[in-house]
Amino acid sequence: MSVFITRRVLQSLVVIFVMSLLVFFGVNIVGDPIDMLINPEADQEDIEAAIRALGLDRPIHEQYWYFLVNALKGDLGKSFIFAEPALKLILQRMPATLELAFTAMLMAIFLGIPLGVYAGLRPNSKVSKTIMAGSILGFSLPTFWVGLMFIMIFAVMLGWLPSTGRGDTTSLFGIQVSFLTWDGLRHLLLPALNLALFKISLVIRLARAGTREVALQDYIKFARAKGLSSSRVVLVHIMKNIMIPVVTVLGLELGGVIAFAVVTETVFAWPGMGKLLIDSIQLLDRPIIVAYLMITVLMFVVINLVVDILYSLLDPRVRLKDVKS
Amino acid sequence: MKLLKMTVAALAAAMLALPVAVSAAGELTIGLASEPSSIDPHFHNLGPNNAVARVMFDRLIMPDDKQQLRPGLAVSWNPIDDTTWEFKLRKGVKFHDGSPFTADDVVFTFQRAPNVEGSPSSFGTYLKGKEVTRIDDHTVHIKTERPYPLMPNDMSTFSIVSRKHGEGATTPDYNSGKATIGTGAYKFVEYLPGDRIVLERNETYWGDKPEWTQVTMKAIKSGPSRVAALLAGDVDMIEQTPTADIERLKSDPNLTLSQGISNRVIYLHLDHDRAASPFVKGKDGGDIKNPLQDQRVRLAISQAINRDAIVSRVMEDIAIKAGQLLPEGFFGRSGKLQPVAYDPNQAKRNLSEAGYGDGFKLTIHGPNDRYINDSKIAEAVAQMLTRVGIQTDVVTMPRSVYFKRASRGGPDGTPEFSFILVGWGSGTGEASSPLKSLIHTYDKSRGFGASNRGRYSNAKVDTLIEDALATVDDAKRQALLAEATEIAINDVAIIPLHYQVNTWAARKGIKYRARTDEATVATDVISE
Repeated sequence: MSVFITRRVLQSLVVIFVMSLLVFFGVNIVGDPIDMLINPEADQEDIEAAIRALGLDRPIHEQYWYFLVNALKGDLGKSFIFAEPALKLILQRMPATLELAFTAMLMAIFLGIPLGVYAGLRPNSKVSKTIMAGSILGFSLPTFWVGLMFIMIFAVMLGWLPSTGRGDTTSLFGIQVSFLTWDGLRHLLLPALNLALFKISLVIRLARAGTREVALQDYIKFARAKGLSSSRVVLVHIMKNIMIPVVTVLGLELGGVIAFAVVTETVFAWPGMGKLLIDSIQLLDRPIIVAYLMITVLMFVVINLVVDILYSLLDPRVRLKDVKS
Repeated sequence: MKLLKMTVAALAAAMLALPVAVSAAGELTIGLASEPSSIDPHFHNLGPNNAVARVMFDRLIMPDDKQQLRPGLAVSWNPIDDTTWEFKLRKGVKFHDGSPFTADDVVFTFQRAPNVEGSPSSFGTYLKGKEVTRIDDHTVHIKTERPYPLMPNDMSTFSIVSRKHGEGATTPDYNSGKATIGTGAYKFVEYLPGDRIVLERNETYWGDKPEWTQVTMKAIKSGPSRVAALLAGDVDMIEQTPTADIERLKSDPNLTLSQGISNRVIYLHLDHDRAASPFVKGKDGGDIKNPLQDQRVRLAISQAINRDAIVSRVMEDIAIKAGQLLPEGFFGRSGKLQPVAYDPNQAKRNLSEAGYGDGFKLTIHGPNDRYINDSKIAEAVAQMLTRVGIQTDVVTMPRSVYFKRASRGGPDGTPEFSFILVGWGSGTGEASSPLKSLIHTYDKSRGFGASNRGRYSNAKVDTLIEDALATVDDAKRQALLAEATEIAINDVAIIPLHYQVNTWAARKGIKYRARTDEATVATDVISE
């Protein structure tokens, strides 16, 4: 197991390095932020001073070398726009995005799985058919549109929930979280639902397909014949066996949700990392883009590792083999 | 499962039963379109930063909503000799912590503002070449090398900070509020990056009593979300209302719209410099001598554009057609210039006279996310030009790509394009700003023509501009600037299209004193 993990870590370091190279040179091809940062009334001398101050006058490979050397010390560069360390800016906003992402995941699990299993157990009932139709809408409707519709219906027309922003926060282990206050939960509901809609639909379909397949298996027939209660058959035997595809998909999606909740965060003005990323891309704030994507890669790698370990826990037949090179 | 369903339902019911938060009387929440990059007033000379700094810090001279200069922390200013201005400072002003405002704070500000670490665009532009001396607690002298009539305009651009708190303070200290002590109408309470800025009333403010007990500014970048927040009552006022929503909001009885003309002119810049321009081709696609160098061709282009149609159809009446660099009421404007009339037949005649009766091919370049409806304007212009025989293609791109290429994308760092759509807002509120940067010959050593992307060069206009910049007498300077504008416009150095009109929408009972500098400043929000 430990060799397996070490191997994984080394692989991920290579991926992170390649990612930083691609992003650094890629953003450089698009342009630089000078023309958007500098006040238009500045004259040529000021523009050149600004270019020098940001280090943009040096050749690109020299800039990359400088970046790499600092990255090994833990300094991923200073944002061009905020002049603060890029890593600090991202970590500052991470709790907000994590909060949103985990709430969306919880919704996906606690709404998606029960609905999917129900639809799988009673596939021909009207309720099941409604659930399946709903899931199609859930993954085909664009997130941006759905978000605005939520705002229009629940905030503007009905006035039940707030339309934008994050609620009051309290400190939990030193991190600001908003789900411990009523106001925070009210602000969290719509964006989390918006983000979760796609995942709920996916999970419903996976759970239903899995349930239909497993429900016909011999061991379920045997369990019923043995006289086990219906709830035990469903909750223990069926659930456990449909989990592997569900866990895989949720794992992949979790990474995607944390890294790319951009649309939801923009529509709901949620102060998270995704909003920081899209703003930085529009303004070509290269240090933040590079730092963000490196952190994202790291996160995906860790999540995939956790998912693989979970496999071995869920299904005793899976052993994490130490592959001989 | 049943238990789960019941729990979820109960939770939902409980949450929805709570009353929706409504702003208490005296509290104002503003929805901004872009977030300031820092609370440090000297960090970045950027619109959103300045608008927020303005309510916490005062300036020596404060521009009002029409960019007229009004006494701020300075009560009077006069040139006492050719190169020295005397500023008399206001007495009895206290910082938010109670300490008194004196000339020492002005001197400290002059030292600090141009030297903020990591500043992407510093205030050095307005402070360089100026030396400040403290004469007594409430008088300073500012010396320049040559006569500098724009001293009051420059003094109206930056915030005065406290020496006591500012000495040794860094930008993060300002962001956390530790050093954010100013003399302004509102005091800093908190700043949550990406989320909101909260301010409270300064009860001991020297000027007009601030209207609101608390001001919260939230950044909501997405236009539709901003409008939705206003409709839902989550914010009291928004800026940069999307033009598509204005009609609908106008008819809503619960909202008030405040509109005002801006100092920003949207114009077309033409390549005057190159004998063969890269994006101008003959009708057959081959290279031709640059027709844009002929004044008749440029005039024809201007006459081919139906400005009224652009204003009413593309801008949905949220614009005013332009004939020069600044709208009415601004200093340095010419009273003689009118917007060029739409006359496609005359345009065709001018083209024939210049030898281009068959027309030619042109490409217009423009941004698609910088000015109101920018890509649509470019498309409209292209269609109008094609009608008179100039076959025009449209290429628009995000501003992050556009501006760099437009200014420095060509060989040797020269402008890349031939015919561009661009805008200019005069920060100083008078005509020398556009004339100096757009029309004057590009001269790096003297700092002229920094945004002259067409490289227009007219010696007579240059002389007039330079004379104006050295003439302290207001009346004489006004005449010089007006004359320079007239010559440049008649020579079609640039083709002005229209001035933008900005719209602020607020709930009923709140009005905004629409500012020509497009800023959303809490002290200009008044309740009726």
